[in-house]
Amino acid sequence: MQKSSRFVFSALCFGFAFLYIPILVLIAFSFNQSAIASVWGGFSLRWYTALFNNEQIIEAALLSLKIAATSATFATILGTMAGLALTQMGRYRGRLVFTGIIAAPLVMPEVITGLSLLLMFVSLQELIGWPVSRGASTITIAHITFSMAYVAVVVQSRLSSMDQSLHEAAMDLGGRPMQVAFDITLPLIAPSMLSGWLLAFTLSLDDLVIASFTSGAGASTLPMVIFSKIKLGVTPDINALATLIIGTVSMGIIIASLIMFRQNKLNKVG
Amino acid sequence: MSDSKPVLTTRYRQPLGDKLWRRFVIGVPYFWLLLFFLAPFAIVFKISFATPIVAQPPFTQLFDFGTDTTHWLLATWDNYRFLTEDNLYWVSYFKSIKIAAISTFICLLVGYPMAYGIARAAPTTRNILLMLVILPFWTSFLLRVYAWMGLLGKNGIVNSLLINIGLIDSPLQMLYTDMAVYLGIVYTYIPFMILPLYATLEKMDTSLHDAAADLGAKPWQTFIDVTLPLSMPGIIAGSLLVFIPAIGEYVIPALLGGLDSLMIGRTLYDEFFVNRDWPLASAVATILLIIVVIPIMLFQRSQQEPE
Amino acid sequence: MNREDSIKAQQQTKPYVAATPWLDPKAKPFIQIKGLSKQFNDFLAVDNVTLDIYKGELFTILGGSGCGKSTLLRMLAGFETPSEGQIIIDGVDMASIPAYDRPINMMFQSYAVFPHMTVEQNIGYGLKKDKLGKAEIATRVKDMLELVQLSELAKRKPHHLSGGQRQRVALARALIKQPKVLLLDEPLAALDKKLREQTQFELMNLQYELGITFVVVTHDQEEAMTLSDRVAVMDAGKFVQTGTPTQVYESPNNCFVADFFGTINLFNATVISTDTTTKTLRAELETTGTQLTASSEAEFAIGTEVIIGVRPEKIIVSQQRPEGDHLTITKGAVEDLAYYGNRSLYKVRSQSGRIIQVSAQNYQRSEALALEWDDKVYLSWDSSCNVVLSE
Repeated sequence: MQKSSRFVFSALCFGFAFLYIPILVLIAFSFNQSAIASVWGGFSLRWYTALFNNEQIIEAALLSLKIAATSATFATILGTMAGLALTQMGRYRGRLVFTGIIAAPLVMPEVITGLSLLLMFVSLQELIGWPVSRGASTITIAHITFSMAYVAVVVQSRLSSMDQSLHEAAMDLGGRPMQVAFDITLPLIAPSMLSGWLLAFTLSLDDLVIASFTSGAGASTLPMVIFSKIKLGVTPDINALATLIIGTVSMGIIIASLIMFRQNKLNKVG
Repeated sequence: MSDSKPVLTTRYRQPLGDKLWRRFVIGVPYFWLLLFFLAPFAIVFKISFATPIVAQPPFTQLFDFGTDTTHWLLATWDNYRFLTEDNLYWVSYFKSIKIAAISTFICLLVGYPMAYGIARAAPTTRNILLMLVILPFWTSFLLRVYAWMGLLGKNGIVNSLLINIGLIDSPLQMLYTDMAVYLGIVYTYIPFMILPLYATLEKMDTSLHDAAADLGAKPWQTFIDVTLPLSMPGIIAGSLLVFIPAIGEYVIPALLGGLDSLMIGRTLYDEFFVNRDWPLASAVATILLIIVVIPIMLFQRSQQEPE
Repeated sequence: MNREDSIKAQQQTKPYVAATPWLDPKAKPFIQIKGLSKQFNDFLAVDNVTLDIYKGELFTILGGSGCGKSTLLRMLAGFETPSEGQIIIDGVDMASIPAYDRPINMMFQSYAVFPHMTVEQNIGYGLKKDKLGKAEIATRVKDMLELVQLSELAKRKPHHLSGGQRQRVALARALIKQPKVLLLDEPLAALDKKLREQTQFELMNLQYELGITFVVVTHDQEEAMTLSDRVAVMDAGKFVQTGTPTQVYESPNNCFVADFFGTINLFNATVISTDTTTKTLRAELETTGTQLTASSEAEFAIGTEVIIGVRPEKIIVSQQRPEGDHLTITKGAVEDLAYYGNRSLYKVRSQSGRIIQVSAQNYQRSEALALEWDDKVYLSWDSSCNVVLSE
């Protein structure tokens, strides 16, 4: 027993070192005075200044945030509906196909999703003249499509762990199905919807491949700009950007999980 | 209790409001997925039979009902023929599958003990460890791959460290190699392996281990006989979650791989963006889709089983 | 109006209800279930069930898991659509009425108390859905809280409540809508033993006070016996026997019912003679030579094999041969015994080799056991205790 637990302990240490050392090095070198990646030239915030003066990056970041917020919101609405449709709507025609395609975007290689969506947009444009051009709106639609699957999975797992008699009880007491959804179901799955939204938001903020396919000439998201810069090698201002992103996300996650933790304690009864 | 003749039911008719609500909840996401997820595959399939041209969009129509009535169908197998003739594509497909499979296995080797350790930790520690696994998954994928560029480069940290401690004299070529690709895939996909593994291991009844130990099994025998078979659903789900997207991975081979790191995702991307051959890219995608469709179905089955 | 007054008022206005309406041919059933079936794919959960329940009855549907009792209850509530058949409540066919419009409320097995609402909000939810005025909701919730003794906990969230308190919230929430029928799905299963007994009596009192028809579903035969006016025993989607608790216990129709309610000794017997005027038969018990009489509605040919059931507590163990024409007497040896304090359980092997269970009240105070292993004993019971059973 002793030996095996020591093995497990060292595996955990190794695993977490593997996960975190690259990130920590990246963060450390964002404060590096020197422009050479491996040489420590003293502490400096020069890359942060450079970053905030880079209009292209700021513009791309704002675009990405806009797309992420919009697509996450729609993905949460659609994903929650899909979760409800899969757990609380009983049987209906096409349910099997629905269950089949709802989880597929989770594992579908991005190049396929990206290419197929682009070709879809091109065909739609030929057919009905919409979308007129590709850019922020087509990226948003693409992001809604794949991140709603994530939301649906998160919401679905919460719904199926929920006591099914709760919504039946509400119906028994006179609530119509729609009222029951708003009175009982949605308040109880709100934490899952929030984490679904956050997941969709980060997925959108993070996506390079699908955005590259579905974007037009004008619109460049943050990952697209980063990618075009780092393809050529390491640039310290990207280190600064990475540090900012990682810092913000970590804060967000910690706050969100604290909220979730409290909510879970509250909902244990249900 | 007098007559027990079956009485025909008046069929229950759902009130209109309920029916509309139901249709709305099911119909809207369903329609969205059909339109933007399923239908696009049909279009990819269709365009894979078209001929590339220099135009907007850069491919021909499959049907021409205009002047020449005998040759209305303009579909061609050329793209698929080209795929079989040019070695590049074969090599890419096989290399992708190989890299994805090996990376999945490494993820399993590294991830299993971690998931096990987290599942057996005290509840508070468990939550913290779990968050530490999830945290990188929420931070930018692109930037995490980029972090390795800084570590592995010619002037990177690892090389300068090795030179400083005198292990090597001149920097090793680590970036732009297959090894870097493996490292990148394992690094970015390992949370996908740990989480489902953790989920099955955490649910497992610990008294099963005690029972096995009580019946005389050594720890490693307990592991082989009890833990491993029972965690199979997690192993399957985790492996598929890593394997399937890894096959089509583009960013990692593009940033960390060398010019010979031909993974199919990258080939497809280049075919599309560099050569602007949309029909050929569609054919590449169609074959890739056929390769991943069985693992995807397996994945969906593994998702539905716990019900 | 305080609690006692309201009970008095209700008792005064309560119309006369026959104590046994099911025996009165003129009584109109309140709930009529006609030829009701429910098919799930290839599984027939409820199989052509017909049943009348009368106003004010406390009716229990009893059965093991998967017998179809819950499906039946869910069809009554409107959560499942019957495949065939009809449910009529107070003269209204329920077929086209959705769950939320039925004059029925339900107490769920898990209680299904809304975790994000306070006790008050939980209880008021149904009235709010009926679009009642705020003031009226408030007063009725207040009265109901008093009735179930939860007034102090009105502002609490469910996770601060005990199991028993949650049960009362669920009950109050269902009762406040003054339903014609209250369905209770395993009402006591989630409570511990002590609380269960207390709650049982509370439920019965409440039912009597309010005069609402209760339909209870349970797998616990003891619960069914103590609670109900009538019990229906269900197996494989069908009712095996319907009757008062004493009827189903003392005169079970068949082996399933007999065995479901407590323990019963089953004997094979061969019919020797029958008497059609007194509706009795004489039969030989196994091959022991012991003869017995039993009353039977059905007629049997001489030589027919029948099954005779006798409850363990009806049997008297004695070391001297008892006398009496009305007794059925057989011999055996004590094979096993268990002392429970108030009573003892003997397992006696009869001459035919069958184990007969006897439950004997320890009515004498003695530190020594009345009987020891291998003691030769006589077993006797009143012939009226013999029940002829079908398979």
